[in-house]
Amino acid sequence: MRRPASWHVATVTEVAAETPTARRIVLDVPTWPGNDAGSHLDIRLTAPDGYQAQRSYSIASAGEGTRVVLAVDEVPGGEVSPFLVHELSVGDQVELHGPLGAFFVWRAPEQGDTMPAPVQLIAGGSGVVPLYAMLSAHAAAGDATEFRLLYSVRTPADVFFRQELDALMGVDYIYTRQTPEGWPSPAGRITREALAAAALPAERSPRIFVCGPTPFVETVANWLVELGHPTTSIRTERFGGS
Amino acid sequence: MSFITRGFSGRGRERDDRLPPGQTLVEDWPVLSAGVTPQIDPEDWSFEITDETGTEHRWNWDQMQALGLEDITVDIHCVTHWSKLGMSWRGVSLDKVFENVESEYDYVMAHSYGGYTTNIPLDDLLDGKAWIAFEANGEPLDPEHGGPVRLLVPHLYFWKSAKWLRGMTMMPTDDPGFWEQSGYHIHGDPWLEERYW
Repeated sequence: MRRPASWHVATVTEVAAETPTARRIVLDVPTWPGNDAGSHLDIRLTAPDGYQAQRSYSIASAGEGTRVVLAVDEVPGGEVSPFLVHELSVGDQVELHGPLGAFFVWRAPEQGDTMPAPVQLIAGGSGVVPLYAMLSAHAAAGDATEFRLLYSVRTPADVFFRQELDALMGVDYIYTRQTPEGWPSPAGRITREALAAAALPAERSPRIFVCGPTPFVETVANWLVELGHPTTSIRTERFGGS
Repeated sequence: MSFITRGFSGRGRERDDRLPPGQTLVEDWPVLSAGVTPQIDPEDWSFEITDETGTEHRWNWDQMQALGLEDITVDIHCVTHWSKLGMSWRGVSLDKVFENVESEYDYVMAHSYGGYTTNIPLDDLLDGKAWIAFEANGEPLDPEHGGPVRLLVPHLYFWKSAKWLRGMTMMPTDDPGFWEQSGYHIHGDPWLEERYW
């Protein structure tokens, strides 16, 4: 089912620190048509002189309802994310356009679907946001499909949705700068071996969603192909340049 | 319906008039792809146009470049709100490619290695508006930016500039391609903000 994208007025109902550099923003959007897990939206900000800035953000929430959750990481020196992380307050209004994206999305299997393929999610940094939406939609649907998340993150403090993820099974972490105490492996970037060990193997034919900074996604997606996963089973979303 | 966002001042006051509405200038080159980046050896690359008779017009790497490489400087605009200005590119004009293709059809579906498709009216590909691109910024195109060969249609949003280009099929009607079926605009003019439908 396609949900038509259009402009909406959103009111901020909650803000909270997500990590030392990121903030969770909960919006009430009375005209929101609901959104698939993994989709995104555009935010438009307008200055007093009419100057406007627009940016795209993944949505951390999914399903029906008028509550839309974002988790925005501050891009140092950026124009929009520092405003969203530091300045935006409860009661403020912003314009949204969405929901957007019908490809990098997960939908619960329909009744009668036979044995849906397991799902492997792979996140780099704040790329976890749309994947978290898929995890929570899957949990909310009571869906029996096997779901796993492999989450590459700088330090334990940088983990988004820590409490929520701790309540879920099947989450593996790779810490790239600093590990929790007693962690069995040293901090470091994901390797092909670590990916092969943590991700569902090609024999199980998982559907795979990868989201993160461009170099992370390029590296991981190429390794997945080398590990035998067909390119048609891998969907990606990248951010940033190369 | 826009209203002032409390507390937002923004930065970009000296707005470059080469930037279409809703776009932000970037210095790096963001990558947007829906799947795995195909790795294609130039020796294996070929390009073909299929017309309504089923005739295939085919060029390999050397044959395509032999049509005549041009150096061009253009601005590019991505639907995700970034633009790059004054990028140098090197490629073969679609005018040269279509010189020997006879078709009554007015629309084209571009096909990529990896399965991506995008639809474009022929009018948007001819008269010096589009190229088969081999280089950007003086370097061979990286795979993640669509190398070894991508389509370059800079006057439309950049999803129309299909990466990993392998062919085109002539169409009687403007049938939607990959992103166009997923809610993106059938045409994609950045100056008209034809982002979504």
